[in-house]
Amino acid sequence: MNRIEQSFRALKDQDRKAFIPYIMGGDGGLDKLSERLLTLEKFGATLIEVGVPFSDPVADGPTIQQAGIRALKNGTTLNGIISEITRAREVVSIPIVLMTYLNPVYSYGISRFAQDIAKAGVDGCIIPDLPIEEEDLFADELEDKGIELIRLVTLTSPIERIKEISSRGKGFLYSVTVKGITGTRNEFAQEVVDFLKQVKEVSPIPVVAGFGISNEKQIKELTPHCDGVIVGSKIVDLLNRNDLDGLERFMSVLKPEKNIR
Amino acid sequence: MKSYTLPNEKGQFGIYGGRFVPETLMKAVLELDEAYKIAKEDPSFQQEIDGYLSEYVGRETPLYFAKNLTKYAGGAQIYLKREDLNHTGAHKINNAIGQALLAIRMGKRKIVAETGAGQHGVATATVCALLNLECIIFMGEEDIKRQALNVFRMELLGAKVVSVTSGSSTLKDAVNEALRYWVEHVEDTHYLLGSVMGPHPFPKMVRDFQSVIGKETKKQFFAQKGKLPEAVVACIGGGSNAAGMFYPFIEDQEVSLYGVEAAGQGTETDFHAASLTKGRPGVLHGALMYLLQDDDGQIIEAHSVSAGLDYPGVGPEHSYLKDSGRAQYHSITDKEALEAFQLLSKLEGIIPALESAHAISFAVKLAANMKETEHIVVCLSGRGDKDVTAVKERLEREKDNE
Ligand SMILES: Cc1ncc(COP(=O)(O)O)c(C=O)c1O
Repeated sequence: MNRIEQSFRALKDQDRKAFIPYIMGGDGGLDKLSERLLTLEKFGATLIEVGVPFSDPVADGPTIQQAGIRALKNGTTLNGIISEITRAREVVSIPIVLMTYLNPVYSYGISRFAQDIAKAGVDGCIIPDLPIEEEDLFADELEDKGIELIRLVTLTSPIERIKEISSRGKGFLYSVTVKGITGTRNEFAQEVVDFLKQVKEVSPIPVVAGFGISNEKQIKELTPHCDGVIVGSKIVDLLNRNDLDGLERFMSVLKPEKNIR
Repeated sequence: MKSYTLPNEKGQFGIYGGRFVPETLMKAVLELDEAYKIAKEDPSFQQEIDGYLSEYVGRETPLYFAKNLTKYAGGAQIYLKREDLNHTGAHKINNAIGQALLAIRMGKRKIVAETGAGQHGVATATVCALLNLECIIFMGEEDIKRQALNVFRMELLGAKVVSVTSGSSTLKDAVNEALRYWVEHVEDTHYLLGSVMGPHPFPKMVRDFQSVIGKETKKQFFAQKGKLPEAVVACIGGGSNAAGMFYPFIEDQEVSLYGVEAAGQGTETDFHAASLTKGRPGVLHGALMYLLQDDDGQIIEAHSVSAGLDYPGVGPEHSYLKDSGRAQYHSITDKEALEAFQLLSKLEGIIPALESAHAISFAVKLAANMKETEHIVVCLSGRGDKDVTAVKERLEREKDNE
C-alpha cells in the first residue's frame, strides 16, 4: 500500500482530518527544505506538498508566485529539489507529494522524472496544467513507478466529470474550493460547501479541499464535508516570515485535543 | 482533395497542441470547442462575419505588386497582401470579430484579452465597442511604456487596461494574467486570445478566422496571374497572420511557405525571440509547442524591437509544420527589420509595422535568390504608425552613438 493511502487509513481510524501544508521548494534556500519538512511533520502535517518553482505559474496567486521567484533566484531546480527530498527522506516519514507545472517535468524527461522521484521517496504528484484529457502523456509512467497522480476537481467541473476524475484517482482527490487561483480568501460561499458534499458523495477516494484556505474558521467550516485541507499561501507566508510559533499554532487546528465534541 | 485535416479531435498537430490548462478552465475550453464546431457548420455565422469584414473592416484588402521593391531586390516579383489597410491597422481584427461573434452566440458578453504591441488589444477593444461587450485588456508594464498611444486608444474605445508587473512584464506575462483572470471569471467571460496559441480550439479557431488572408490572396493572385505564387512569406509572433496566410496553400506543394521570426540582437545572443530556430518543445499557456527555455524548463524572456513578436513560444501548428518540413522558418534581426521599415517607406510609400518589416526584410533576400519569372506574396500584417515614435528614438540614439 502506498504511503498516502496508509496515512488516510490511519486518520480515518482515528476519526481525524488531514492537514496538508504546501511549501515552495527552495524558498528560503534549498538547504532549508529538509528542515522545513521535518518541522511540518513535527507540527502534525499529514502529508506535505512540495512546490517546484516555475517561471509562469498560471494557477497561482501573488504569494506563491513570489515564493517561486525567490526560489528561482536562489538557483532552485527540479533536480535540486529531488536531491534534497532524497536527503530528507532519511528523517521524514510522512508522504511527500510534488506539485509542479508540466514544463519543468517535460524538460526533465517524463520517464526519468518518474524514476528519479520514486527513488527519492516522493509518493505522489500534482500537475495543475495536466487535465485528464492530456494525462496519457504521463499516467502510465507514474503508475509503473508507484507514484500517485493526484487529480483536481473544481467548482466548474460538471458532476459527470467529477465522477470520471475521481474514479481514476488513487491517493486523494484535490477539490479546488475557489473559482480562481491560489491565495488567501476570507470566506467561502455556501456553493463551496455544496460542492464538497457533492464531491464527497461520488468520490471513492479521500477528498481534500484546497485553494484559498487561510484561517481556522474556514477549516472548521469545510472539514465536516471533506477528509482534510491543503493550505498553501498561508503556510508559505508564515515560513517566509520565519514565524514558527504562528505556524505551530495554526497547524494545531485539527489536532485531536481540539476536536473534542 | 483534403489531405491536411489537422488538428485532430484533441487539438493535436502531431505531438503539438492539446489542452494543457487547469481543470477550472476545462469546462469553458470544451464548451468553446463545441460552440465553435456548431458555428463553423452554420452558414449564417460565416455570413455574419463576412458582413462585418466587408462593411466594417474594409475587406477584401488589396494584393499589391510592389514594383519598386521588386526592382530593388533584383529577382522574384514581390506582392504585398495589404492587411495594414484593415480597420485598426492590422490583421488582428479578423480574429477579434470572429471570436466576439462566437462569444455572443455562447451568451458571454464580457471579454478578456492580452496584448503585446497593443494591436490585438486595440482590435479587441474596437470590436467590443462595436458589439457592446465589456472589455478588459491585460498588458505588460514594459509594453505599456513602449506603446503608450495604443493604451490610450484602448481606453478611448471603452476598454479597461490592466498593467501587468509580474515576470518580465511583457506579452507572456500578460497572457498569464489574462489566464488567471479567466480562471476567476470563466462563467461569464470569453478569453479572446490574439494568436494561434493556447489550448485547443484556439489555435485552430484563430487560424480559421485569419485564413481569410490566404483565401483572398490565392483568389487575387490567380485572377492577376492565372497561377499560384511560388512562395508566401509572413512574420511570426504567435503565428496568426502566418497561419492565416499559409493554411489555404497548405496542400499546394508547389507553393513554398516561409515564416520569419524575430532574431532580436542575433540568434547567437541571448536576446531574440526565435522560438522555432532556437527553442525546443515544451508546454506553456495551454499548448505543447516550441519554446525558448533554459535547461531546467524555465521559460526564457524573448527580446525583439517589435513588441508583437516578443513572445517565447510559437503556435503548435507552426511547430508541426517546421518538423514536417512543409514550412520553413527563418529569422531577421532588429537591425535588418529597422532597415526594411525605412526601405518600404521610401520605396513604396508604405510604412509597415515593425513586425511586418521582418517579413519584408526576409522577402527581399529571398527574392534575390529567385528567378524574375517567379513570385512572392508577403503578408504585410500591419501598418507602422504605432512604431514611428519608437523607431525615431532608436534611429536618433544610433546616430548619437556614431
Ligand atoms: C502587425 C502585427 N503583425 C504581426 C504580429 C504578430 O502576431 P502573429 O504572429 O500572431 O500574427 C502582431 C502582433 O501584435 C502585429 O501587431
